Amino acid sequence: MIELEGLTKRFGTTTAVDHLSFRIRPGVVTGFLGPNGAGKSTTMRMMLDLDNPTSGTVRVYGKHYRDLSEPLKHVGALLDAKAMHGGRSAYNNLLCLAQSNRIPRQRVDEVLDLVGLTAVAKKKSKGFSLGMSQRLGIASALLGDPEILMFDEPVNGLDPEGILWIRNLMKGLAAEGRTIFVSSHLMSEMALTADHLVVIGQGKLLADLPMADFIQQNSRSYVRLRSPQQERLKDLLHEAGINVVSVPATGTLEIDGVSAEQLGELAARHQIVLHELSPQRASLEEAFMRMTADSVEYHAHAPGMAADNPARPADVPAWGAAHTATRKAGE
Amino acid sequence: MAFTAVLQSEWTKIRTVASTSWTLALVFLVTVGFAALFSATFDPNRLDAAQRATFDPTATSLSSMELGQLAMIVFGVLVVSTEYSTGMIRTSLAAVPRREHFLLGKMAVATALALAVGLLTSFASFFLTQALLGDLGIGIGEENVLRAVTGAGLYLALLALFCMGVAAMLRSSVAAISVLVPFFLIVSNLLVGFEATRTVGQYLPSNAGGRIMQVVPHAFDSPETPYGPWGGFGIMVLWTLAAVLGGYAVLRKRDA
Repeated sequence: MIELEGLTKRFGTTTAVDHLSFRIRPGVVTGFLGPNGAGKSTTMRMMLDLDNPTSGTVRVYGKHYRDLSEPLKHVGALLDAKAMHGGRSAYNNLLCLAQSNRIPRQRVDEVLDLVGLTAVAKKKSKGFSLGMSQRLGIASALLGDPEILMFDEPVNGLDPEGILWIRNLMKGLAAEGRTIFVSSHLMSEMALTADHLVVIGQGKLLADLPMADFIQQNSRSYVRLRSPQQERLKDLLHEAGINVVSVPATGTLEIDGVSAEQLGELAARHQIVLHELSPQRASLEEAFMRMTADSVEYHAHAPGMAADNPARPADVPAWGAAHTATRKAGE
Repeated sequence: MAFTAVLQSEWTKIRTVASTSWTLALVFLVTVGFAALFSATFDPNRLDAAQRATFDPTATSLSSMELGQLAMIVFGVLVVSTEYSTGMIRTSLAAVPRREHFLLGKMAVATALALAVGLLTSFASFFLTQALLGDLGIGIGEENVLRAVTGAGLYLALLALFCMGVAAMLRSSVAAISVLVPFFLIVSNLLVGFEATRTVGQYLPSNAGGRIMQVVPHAFDSPETPYGPWGGFGIMVLWTLAAVLGGYAVLRKRDA
């Protein structure tokens, strides 16, 4: 398996990756999440021994990547779809990689077929669209039939069909019991594919937890109530022993742990008019943005705002694997 | 990792890009073409007494190397630098993470190919021009001629390797070509041309390495050298070794 220990990369005075330590668990899809510029690509390049860490180590099956004999048979990676020689055909680009790791020639045909590039196998890869280049990159990752697969932002720039194809491919590979490490800056994308989450911001580890835990902690569901008789409704709910949070900004009440049906019936029994009765679910994207708000490299500022006053929620909780989310309603 | 696998892979890489065939074809065509042109239009009556005394028919065959070598420089540079310009280097190093295997494999395959093309070029150039020179021509069996013609092929191979080393240091086609072409075409000749800088110029790779192609030491008024043909070649080997080690150091140290 892959283990990172105190992995650090500095470019001049900028620390791109800051003492990163985590393990990639076997047989599951691990989502590697972080805003743009968080250090995801740099980390992945160091995992493949392309960039030299300033300090710290990466071990693949207990070894340095450099010491793996025929590494493509252990780790397949798609870091940059365009990292091929455009003047060479798709087939020959894959053939030279296969030969370097003593992978049989017929495997080249197999992976080309798998990614649907057989028809253009003899064409020079510089004429390929981004989607086709991405498929070629994935073919190169699959060449050695590796147990571990790494993808850096594989859906970036793809059309919906391409995104769906990659998503299904990853699910299929995971179902075969392979270990998949995939980076993204989109929480929504990860929620669909990942079993485990590693979140970084400004090169630092922010969270390392199962996806299910993240969802449970962050997707608190509640019911929103709006009524012209709000004070009466509040008293009523208090009498019933139900905890209520007022949100003055929107003039609504938010209630945890009681179903919309129960609340509707309670209001009806006391003849209280309701203007709104809606079940709500906090989005994972919001939770992720709150988690990384402190560490986003470039904040977008609302017009007229001071540069040192980044637009982000006023209260940012401290996050970690053990953290229990509390939504600060009404703030 | 088996080194033979890396060699096979690099051979596939080199034979499947267009730049290999056009650069190497140019080496052959330019060298042989200009040599044929020189010898077909050669008029011995225009030589003065000194030139006549030191006339070197072999040099007539090989002097066009001066131009043909430019294509060999481009070949040597592109073999290495296209890995960087295309981004292939990251894919290549993920497949062959041991930098010494990667670089050595690439250089071995490309140098062997350059040697084959170099020898083909020098022998074709020699036999064609000697036939064109007619009575003034010389046989391959004459003293030092075989050494000079073989040496020309060796020179081209070594030049390609030197350029691969420089390209590995500079990691850019444009940077490497714009340093190397003026260096071999202008700087080397200029430094040898002036009395004051001659001693320095003689130790530059092309001037030292080129000595192996001379059969008659002072043919066409060429200056005296402090080294023999193999001594000069040895100096060029040292230059090449330095370039290769420099390229390896950069490959190891810098991020891909």
